[in-house]
Amino acid sequence: MVWKRMFGAKSSPEDLEREKKGLLQKLRLGLEKTKQGFIQKVDDLTSGRRVDENLFQELEEVLIQGDCGVNTALYLVEQLRARSREEKVTDASQLKKMLAEEMVRLLERKPTDLKMPTEKPYVIMMVGVNGVGKTTTIAKLAHRFKQEKAKVILAAGDTFRAGAVEQLEVWANRIGVELVAHQAGSDPAAVAFDAVNAAKARDSDVLILDTAGRLQTKVNLMTELGKVQRVVARELGRDLDEILLVVDAGTGQNALSQGKLFQEAVSLTGVALTKLDGTAKGGIVLALANELDLAVKLVGVGEQYDDLQDFDPEAFVQALFAPLNRSG
Amino acid sequence: MPFQNLSSRLQGVLHRLRGKGRLNEKDVDESLREIRLALLEADVNFKVVRDFIAQIRERAVGHEVLGSLTPGQQVIRIVNEELTELMGGTQAKLSLASQPPTVVMIVGLQGSGKTTTAAKLANLFRGRGHRPLLVAADVYRPAAIKQLKVLGEQIEVPVFSMGEANPVDIAKGALSHARNNNNDLILIDTAGRLHIDQGLMSELVQIKETAQVHEILLVVDAMTGQDAVNVAQTFNQELDLGGLVLTKLDGDARGGAALSVKAVTGKPIKFVGVSEKIDGIESFHPDRMASRILGMGDMLTLIEKAVAAVDEEKAEKMAAKLQEAEFTLEDFQDQLEQMKQMGPLDQIMNLLPGIGNIKHLKGLEVDDSHLKKIEAIIASMTPEERRRPQIIKGSRRRRIALGSGTRVQDVNRLLKQYNQTRQMLKQFMGPQKRQKKKGMFPFFQ
Repeated sequence: MVWKRMFGAKSSPEDLEREKKGLLQKLRLGLEKTKQGFIQKVDDLTSGRRVDENLFQELEEVLIQGDCGVNTALYLVEQLRARSREEKVTDASQLKKMLAEEMVRLLERKPTDLKMPTEKPYVIMMVGVNGVGKTTTIAKLAHRFKQEKAKVILAAGDTFRAGAVEQLEVWANRIGVELVAHQAGSDPAAVAFDAVNAAKARDSDVLILDTAGRLQTKVNLMTELGKVQRVVARELGRDLDEILLVVDAGTGQNALSQGKLFQEAVSLTGVALTKLDGTAKGGIVLALANELDLAVKLVGVGEQYDDLQDFDPEAFVQALFAPLNRSG
Repeated sequence: MPFQNLSSRLQGVLHRLRGKGRLNEKDVDESLREIRLALLEADVNFKVVRDFIAQIRERAVGHEVLGSLTPGQQVIRIVNEELTELMGGTQAKLSLASQPPTVVMIVGLQGSGKTTTAAKLANLFRGRGHRPLLVAADVYRPAAIKQLKVLGEQIEVPVFSMGEANPVDIAKGALSHARNNNNDLILIDTAGRLHIDQGLMSELVQIKETAQVHEILLVVDAMTGQDAVNVAQTFNQELDLGGLVLTKLDGDARGGAALSVKAVTGKPIKFVGVSEKIDGIESFHPDRMASRILGMGDMLTLIEKAVAAVDEEKAEKMAAKLQEAEFTLEDFQDQLEQMKQMGPLDQIMNLLPGIGNIKHLKGLEVDDSHLKKIEAIIASMTPEERRRPQIIKGSRRRRIALGSGTRVQDVNRLLKQYNQTRQMLKQFMGPQKRQKKKGMFPFFQ
């Protein structure tokens, strides 16, 4: 398991150590493809060269190709430019380490830990555009909390997409957690209302709310999402613990628009980055951190239950920059 | 609107060029640098951007432009042509087998929108007189089969499924089912998979071979970043794609993927998904999309939509009435009705030239509620009132407001607007002399 315990027994230091190692390994595997694309290019660029303006421009291009976005690429390279001037760096290979440091710093601007539970039920809501993996992420999270012997309840808030309720139902049965569902087409705020009250009545530790995928430009649907948050907060008598925007690692600069408009609709507390096991580079998380102050809290690196992990910026960047292990 | 950001950036750059009487190489270079940034920010693949810019530069600094009297316009023309070319040049249709059934396999990454696309295509082709059969071959994602069945029911297209059997067997079964039931188009919905997942990719190859697949469509999410090209390339290498379907274009996706995949794989975009509704799919026209991106509007699509919605006889009557400046609220109601049939207002607006330049419309979802109010008000009038609005005085106004759930002010506003429109029509359609004297168009004199 590669996450901090939030319920029941606290992790021992050995556990934490082992987990950290496991996390690195997983991330490395997950990022293998990314590495080949991204790091290969950085390596090629920085080995045996002198630091000059051309190099900076080429670095910019590599970052843009990694979906960092033009602004964030410019920002990172500007940091490098300033630092290398200050520290009088002439050997390009040193830039690699510097770039890693700057990336970590960017990703750590906001806390990347899930909030610790204070009051029952601990409430998480998942939001995002269509097809990013909200329901799957919820299943993985539910499994994780279940492992910690927490009593989990899921709310099938995606009442729009055909088969969505059934999909969550299958997961709930497989994992062995409870589910609150209404009929397809019903009001998601009503589902949320019932779910909160069910969680309270049954003394559940965790409530995870699914929502229908929606494009961030659909004003009505975004307003609906705001309503769900308000209803849940009202029934709880406090804010939700986490509202996570689920982002597909393959997403390009549109993720910025997603972040911005979802932030306007609900009080996002962070990002869950999914599908990092493809060739996608996930560089968009740098842009999200830089331009919207949105921190990644969870990453999905595979299709297994325990492939959802706490986000560790250092491990993420370290995995990006680790020497390529050809034997796998 | 798709490509919105890209669109406004490009239009900004080109607008500055438009007015210039002379262009030198420096002007061109500056503009090209901005175009390059705009394309990169829109997720257009890096290499594609490089080639695109090189191509434009070559043409733009040549005699074709610098020697011309309107160099700015020439650059815009070139960008338009190159954009069109980049996206495939001409429209690519779904290729149908000479001997039915045509078997189409739909593939893509998880969450790109395969199942929805399969249903939308079935609906589209059913409308064109085909007898499609949907095949549920996504046996991995929980409830994927159920999703397809629900959609199939909605559009009244049969769905073939064998539960969680082997997808290759399902495809085989579907083929004989289609032959027995006289279906001429088979759409196989496959499970989402990573393009680097060898096991699942070879499953697709197997389906392709056993089910005599005629055409393979790759579904790509318009929001995909630089990786879109890798995905498309790998799928193409393994399966030899027939074309692509670009989904979720109704968001504000910058759509760079669309501009890249054709260039990199050589495979055309055949369809685009433009809404969550089941009829939200359109054929892709590179030339029209290019002019939409450049803010030149898409009059062809607009006209097509209008032709489909407008009743010809009524239109002729209306024209006659306009001539006489006899435009009543009843006519107005008819017009509203026809306009509504053309689709949501914001989608129609995007087809108009120059709309992208209007600042306060940018990023705004046009909301139809204002129109709904007007409709409600007119609907609450008696036929007599609609024909002779001048009889609507105080108590009638109160009744209409009450009946339509609006306020008296709203009714007043509508009547005032109606009067202004009629006045304008009178001037418009009146004798030529008067029009000139009045000076309707001061800027044309």
